[in-house]
Amino acid sequence: MNKTHDNRAWFFVLPVVALVAFNAVIPLMTVVNYSVQETFGDNVFFWAGVTWFEQVLQSERFHNALGRQLIFTFTILAIEIPLGVAIALAMPRKGPWVPVCLVLMALPLLIPWNVVGAMWNIFALPDIGLLGRSLNALGFDYNFTRQPGDAWFTLILMDVWHWTSLVVLLAYAGLVSIPDAYYQAAKIDGASPFAIFRYIQLPKMKRVLTIAVLLRFMDSFMIYTELSVLTGGGPGNSTTLLSIDLVKIALGQFDLGPAAAMSLIYFLIILLLSWVFYTLMMRNEQQ
Amino acid sequence: MARIVLDTLRHAYGPAPASDGDWALKRLDLEWEDGGAYALLGPSGCGKTTLLSIISGLLKPTEGRVLFDGTDVTALPPDRRHIAQVFQFPVVYDTMSVYDNLAFPLRNRGVAERDVDARVREIAGMIDLTHMLERRAAGLTADGKQKISLGRGLVRSDVNAIMFDEPLTVIDPHLKWQLRSKLKELHQRVHTTMIYVTHDQTEALTFADKVVVMNQGEVVQIGTPVELFERPQHTFVGHFIGSPGMNVLPCEVSGGKALIGGIAVADCQTAEATGPVRLEVGVRPEFVSFVEGGEEGGLPARTVKVSDAGRFSIVETQAFGHVVKLLVPEGTRIPSEGVLRFDPERTAVYRDGWIVN
Repeated sequence: MNKTHDNRAWFFVLPVVALVAFNAVIPLMTVVNYSVQETFGDNVFFWAGVTWFEQVLQSERFHNALGRQLIFTFTILAIEIPLGVAIALAMPRKGPWVPVCLVLMALPLLIPWNVVGAMWNIFALPDIGLLGRSLNALGFDYNFTRQPGDAWFTLILMDVWHWTSLVVLLAYAGLVSIPDAYYQAAKIDGASPFAIFRYIQLPKMKRVLTIAVLLRFMDSFMIYTELSVLTGGGPGNSTTLLSIDLVKIALGQFDLGPAAAMSLIYFLIILLLSWVFYTLMMRNEQQ
Repeated sequence: MARIVLDTLRHAYGPAPASDGDWALKRLDLEWEDGGAYALLGPSGCGKTTLLSIISGLLKPTEGRVLFDGTDVTALPPDRRHIAQVFQFPVVYDTMSVYDNLAFPLRNRGVAERDVDARVREIAGMIDLTHMLERRAAGLTADGKQKISLGRGLVRSDVNAIMFDEPLTVIDPHLKWQLRSKLKELHQRVHTTMIYVTHDQTEALTFADKVVVMNQGEVVQIGTPVELFERPQHTFVGHFIGSPGMNVLPCEVSGGKALIGGIAVADCQTAEATGPVRLEVGVRPEFVSFVEGGEEGGLPARTVKVSDAGRFSIVETQAFGHVVKLLVPEGTRIPSEGVLRFDPERTAVYRDGWIVN
């Protein structure tokens, strides 16, 4: 094929370069800028090198927040992915109940995040909330505003309620794309229900589940709105995950340097773990 | 191995079949001899896949029974009927190797691993997959995958019948022929009953010893390829099989003769038509001759169109407003006007679509 070379074609790329520059590159570079300098206001900057990075990486506070973050993320993944798949498997594939199920499943996803936080906050209040009161009436000493365990329980329950639907919908999309012939062939081959799941349904759902895991991983690692409305990171620091901690440092204490350094580390962790997840799950795809 | 009998079978997909059109299968009595190679031929939507699913047990018929060697299996699921099926689109277990795919039906039935191995290798040899046993099934081409589907049926020694539901649909044309002769060869080796569903007459006629032709939920004829060609029992069979299909011309019957435009074209022993019946004369283009006019006893016609079909030309003529097609060898001079003669041995009269006498 004959290719025409004309460098003026680059002008066509300018609009998108400008767009990306303004909404991603420049804000990110501002953060990079703050992360390597010390400022005392009035736009006076002093070079600080990697001081802030060292400080963040060595601080116990960051370690704790990161630890809590990892526990939270892996807990919700461990619950939401299997639960989502199970619900998708239980949903009807044909018939009048399909749209009903789909709408029910989509509802939690349509509620604004701060509303989800507020709903669960009220729902779980021990004195007036339905959940909180019921639990106490049943004899549990439940108070999510005072007891860290209860706060975690409520937080995870809220996230599972809010986001399992996403996994369900993705898994369901994977399931309905399997032609009937596969199930018929499996029946003829005498496959057990488990074998059908293991050798037909799971492999066919693999791609969508990879997307589900990635989305849930990234979103849960960045959870802020619902959490900040529900517990605000408390009681104490017990539910202070990375994003909450970051906001406390940046806007509460106005430590812009460490906050910027932490943002970058935070960003790199998400990038790295996403890459690891994706590579692991797609490992066999190329063979 | 088993003789399969379908006893007054009817099937409808809707819950309350009322009119004739609600039935996907109208009424069926069929016998499949043990070890036969059958083809189930018919246009799309004629009920062949429905019938196949009923035999394999994927579908329960609305009425009637399915008998294997005299035992009623109507209520049994597919795995208990010992049936194998190859589907239109290749079904392989993507994550498994070719070997594990072939071993799957045996392992599900708890066969000892040593026997599994022997059997898988034997079958892989039969279907030419030995050299790729360790490969992942997902990476194979469509014909390779279809062979695996077939292999999963063949590995089981207890299989009563193997069903093929238009198995060559997604295969490349140059491989279709190869796979088809492979099937034929396999049938001669294993002697399992094979039922092959297709809407392609070439596939049906080359594969099967006996062809079952279906139309609109009914079996219209069962016969060898030669019988279907020489003596179609229904005008549909005449149309559907052969290229071009049989000429079917409206006629009248009088005095033991079938008449078109008052000219006798065939003998007909049946009584004269009474009431509103449809009478037609059917003759294949192969058995029509066209000679220049002037002679006695022929249907006057003129040539409308000549199309070349390789060693033959298809001549389209018109007689009394009806189109009559005939085949002439390449190079024959074709008159522009003349008379048509039908070979009396190969001409038949049909009443309401069904053959008379």
